[in-house]
Order: sequence, then structure tokens, then C-alpha cells
Amino acid sequence: MFETSSIPSGTLKKSGARSISGDMVFRLLTRIASAILVLIVAGILVELLRASWMSLEKFGPGFLVSRDWNPVTQEFGALSSIYGTVISTLIAMILAVPVSLMLALFLVELAHPVVSKIVGGAIELLAAIPSIIYGMWGLFVFAPYMADHLQPALQGAAGGLPLFQGPPMGIGILTAGIILALMVLPFITAVMRDVFQMAPAVSKEAAFGLGSTTVEVARSVTVPYGMQGLIGACFLGLGRAIGETMAVTFVIGNNRSLSWSLFDAGNSIASTLANEFSEASEPMYLSALMELGLVLFGITMVIQIIAQFWLKRMARQTGRR
Amino acid sequence: MKALKAMTIAAVAVAAIGTPVLAETETYKITGAGATFPYPVYSQWAYAYKNLTGTQINYQSIGSGGGIAQIKARTVHFGASDAPLKAEELDELGLIQFPMVMGGVVPVFNIDGIKPGELKLTAALLADIFLGKISNWNDEAIARANPELNLPDKAITVVHRADGSGTTWIFTNYLTKISSEWKEKVGSGKAVMWPAGIGGKGNEGVAAYVKRVSGSIGYVEFAYALQNKMSCSLLQNQAGRFVAPTIESFQAGAANADWQNAKGYYLVLTDQPGEMSWPITGATFILVYKEQTDARLARAMLEYFAWCYEHGNETAEKLHYVPMPENVVEMVEKSWHDQIRREGESLWSLAKTNSQ
Repeated sequence: MFETSSIPSGTLKKSGARSISGDMVFRLLTRIASAILVLIVAGILVELLRASWMSLEKFGPGFLVSRDWNPVTQEFGALSSIYGTVISTLIAMILAVPVSLMLALFLVELAHPVVSKIVGGAIELLAAIPSIIYGMWGLFVFAPYMADHLQPALQGAAGGLPLFQGPPMGIGILTAGIILALMVLPFITAVMRDVFQMAPAVSKEAAFGLGSTTVEVARSVTVPYGMQGLIGACFLGLGRAIGETMAVTFVIGNNRSLSWSLFDAGNSIASTLANEFSEASEPMYLSALMELGLVLFGITMVIQIIAQFWLKRMARQTGRR
Repeated sequence: MKALKAMTIAAVAVAAIGTPVLAETETYKITGAGATFPYPVYSQWAYAYKNLTGTQINYQSIGSGGGIAQIKARTVHFGASDAPLKAEELDELGLIQFPMVMGGVVPVFNIDGIKPGELKLTAALLADIFLGKISNWNDEAIARANPELNLPDKAITVVHRADGSGTTWIFTNYLTKISSEWKEKVGSGKAVMWPAGIGGKGNEGVAAYVKRVSGSIGYVEFAYALQNKMSCSLLQNQAGRFVAPTIESFQAGAANADWQNAKGYYLVLTDQPGEMSWPITGATFILVYKEQTDARLARAMLEYFAWCYEHGNETAEKLHYVPMPENVVEMVEKSWHDQIRREGESLWSLAKTNSQ
């Protein structure tokens, strides 16, 4: 039917030759791009090490466990910043992951296509809001609400716990965690939704055919199918939460106390850098701030490694099954 | 790669040709960076001056520390700082420093039922509150200074600056002067290890927290307190009188300052004597190099500063800053004449200013 024979043989050869040279250029371009990426990461690491050398030398590993942060005596330690970063991120994940999971399942399994589209659009819109807006909203709208309603309610319900001590100021680690949860929610949801959509319809229909309820289908087909993507989505959110700067700086309260109470003010690595970098004129002060950056770099790297490890292990397990 | 190289060369060539063209234009572009505290008045002055002469003053309010760093790196023509550099430091860097305008730092509070200006604080009370030693508004020590007030049983939330700041420098300098315990435990600086409280970013951050948190006390630049209609407290000065923060009390604090004997104009105006003096007053400083590279630009810059001293007072006062007294301005201009040079030639003639 097709007149393949009418194509002159010369053209075929020529185009084949062209595609080989095109391939080479393409390969070169991709290699350059990858090399640039590796160089950038290495460059950041080297520069961070170089700039924080003074502080590394003076404080050693004690930097990680020291509570001091005294620009007057030039004694620096990262403990309160690490604590604030980890706890606020943890709160964000505890709040955001279950909600995202429910939301994604609703969008894929239950919602009417029109509703799904509207809610999906809203989620994408939420993801596009700049972090400074979250920060200002957090400080001027949410913090007052926290102080007047949420914190007294928490104290009323579980006032005995060391987690909810102190005057309800509306700002602090808990508020920062909640704002962070709001910020990472759309990211995690969007990825989870895409993952769930890829679960084969045949398997789902088969499960329904066997008489499964929606919950059972979600639990034994959709979620297991997308487990890898699910974990990936969580780490994406985690990565965003841990380095978030402006929004946290607005609501975390920026002090260096270390207490059990989530109502207390604290600081995160990113907020400390945002606050203090521009005015740090002494070399040791600058170097200590750089080392904080290095610590954040390290934390992010460790999280990435754990994520990769986990994903690999899961891939192996699913393979076995 | 070759193409890239060629492009780089072209870019460098363009840059090289471009620079002298810019320098030869008749109107000058002067850049400065530093303290945020005087930014409102600096920007007004620059705007008026540009309309008058065409000389463009580009001032970036990146903070005092940033200002010092930028002038050290020679990326700006002048730096600005709320914390003066010591005379030895100035000599080492080849810089000259002079005070431009003065202002006050004021404690602001948010206590239910207490009106602006009703709360009286002694120096010791202020230090103890910021040390975290007095943690409730119904503390006896506060009641003793305020017998006529009915202070509530409410926890005190101290609000301080989270970022490094000249305002903090002035405030902690005062606390260090009046409390040996503060001096020992905390000290003074643009950023310190605060024993108590929460931190807001910038004057506006502190203002927002104080307005937000009931039972709080913080400190801000006076102009911010006025803009945000915040409640300021009275402070007891060195003479033992309780004074309110006003332009007059700042002026009184500044008037007793002995600029004559301050080497390199290193003078801090906190805790000054005088019946009317506001105890936490401060000047903000300009830093320029003694040895200038571009004589015409340097002259244009000094002319601008001279214009600010002479014609900028009304603007400054409107924005609640205190202009420098005339005798100080004379001293400053004499230092320009004596110290700012280009290849040995003085760039500022005193006769010129006298004739104006």
C-alpha cells in the first residue's frame, strides 16, 4: 500500500548519517548539562567548606551540640537552629502527609471529574503562592487566630503536656510548622494524585469486581501501586519544608531557646541565615553562619540518601512480590 | 567553545568601552549603602537633591554591617552605619567618619489598660525586664515606679530584633552602661545573645510583634513608634527625671554631647547628662575614604552632604530626626578640608561653605 520503494535510497542514507551526527551533538549537550550540575553542587560544597573553615577549626564537632549563639563573645553553636528546623519540619510533615493522602485519593477515586478538576486547580494555585505571602498571612492573620483560639483550645484539651506550655503568643515553632504544612500540602498532593492516576484501571476494576469497597481498593491496589511515588512525594515536601526561609522567619519567633513547648519561639537554620547574614561583619560570625549553611546542606543530603535507600529497598520488595 | 570565548572577549570589550563613557557624563551618580535607621530621611534628601541639581544619590539600606562591608570592598562611594567605628579602625582602613543626623530609640509596650506615656521605667527596671529577671507586669519593682497604675497579672514578653541592627547596637550600648549585670552577661553589639524574649525582623517586625502580643515590650526607632501609633514608655534619665521621647528630649540628649573631644567622631549619645535628656539617643554616621580616586565625584558627594546639613533640617525634623548642631557641622566640614584628598590636594575648601 505504501510506496516505500519510491523513496530514493540516497535520501535514506543521508538522513541516517545526519541522525548519527545529531545524536552525537545531543549526547554532548546532555553530558555538558550533567557536568554543569555536578560542578555546581561540588562548587557549593567547596565554597561552603572554604567559607566556614574558620568556624570549623575553632568549634569542631562541638558546633553541632552547642546551644551558644553569642555574636558579642563570638561563641557559636547550631543546636537550637537544628532543633527548630527539625521540629518545625516534623510538625509540617505530620500534618501535611495524611491530609495530602486523603485529598489525592479523593481526587482520583471518589470525586466527580468536574469537582476533581476544580479542586486540582485550586491545589496548583496554592502551590504558586510565593512564600512571603504565607509568611505575612501567618503573622497578621493566622498568628492572632492561633493566640486567641487554637492555642487556648490545645491548652484546655492537653494543658498538662509539656508540649503546650507557656503563654499563647500565636507565634512559635508550632505556628511555623502549621504554615509549613500548608505550604507543602499542594506539592505532596499534586505528586500523589499523579501517581495514583497511573494505577492501572484494570486492576482497580478487577478489585471492584471481586466486591471490594472503595477503601479496600485504595488500600490494596492504588496505594501499594503508587508507594514509591508516594514516598517520593513526601520527600519532595520535606525538602521544601526544611529549607523554607521567609515564611518561617515571619512566624517562628526567632529566639534561641530550647524547650519542649511547641508554643515557644525558636529559630531554624534558614531563618537565622535570613536574619543575620547582612549584618554579620566579623569574620568568625560570618564563618559560623556559613557553617550553618553547611549543616543545612548536610541535613538535606542525609535526607536524600535515606530517601534513595528507602526507594531502592521498596523497589526490591515489590519486585519480590 | 571558540564562540563562547569570542563572546566573552566581546563582553569584556563592551564593558571596558562603556565605563569611561559613564564617568564623563555631567551629572553624577553617587552610590551609598548601610544603616536602615536613617533611610527615610536619606531617601527624602536624595530625592530633593536630585530635583535641584540632577546629582543622583542611590542609597541602599542594607544595614550598618552591610554598609561597613561595602565601603571596605569599595563597591560604594560612601557607607553608613549607626555604630561608629573606633578611631584606630578608621585609620587602619583609611576612612573618615562623620555624624549625619541623630535620633532616638524608644521602648514600646502593649499592656491592656495602660495608655501611651503612662508607664514609667527606670534604667534598672528596663535592664531587668530585658534580662528576663522581671517576668510579670505585676512585679513589685514595676509597681514601685508606677504607684498610680494598676498593672495586670500578665507575663512579660520581651520583643527584640532578630536581625543584626544599629538600633540594637544603640539600645544594648545603653543597657551596658546602666547595668553591670547586663554588661557581664550580654554585652553590647548589633546582635547579642538575648536572655529572654522573641525576635522580630526589622523595626517593622518588632512593631508587629509588640502590637500582636499582649503583655509585650520591645524597642524601636522613634519614627516607627509614631508611624505605628505605638505606646512608648517614659524613661528615667541620668538626672533622675522621667522623660518622654520627643524631638526636644532627643535634642537635649544630643546637646550635651562633646563632639569636640571625640576622636574620629566616635561618640555614643546614650545615657547623656541633662535634666531633659532622653537616655537612648544615637547618631548615625557616614563613612568615606580619605584618599579619593575621582576628585570631581568626591566633590559632588561632599557638596551633597553639605547641602543636607544646611538645607535638610526641616525634612529631618518632619521625620522625627534631630539635625546636627551648627558647631558640629563646622567641625565636620573642617575635617573634610583637612583629611579628604586626591593626590595630596584637599577636595573641600572651607571658604566655599562660608560664602554660601
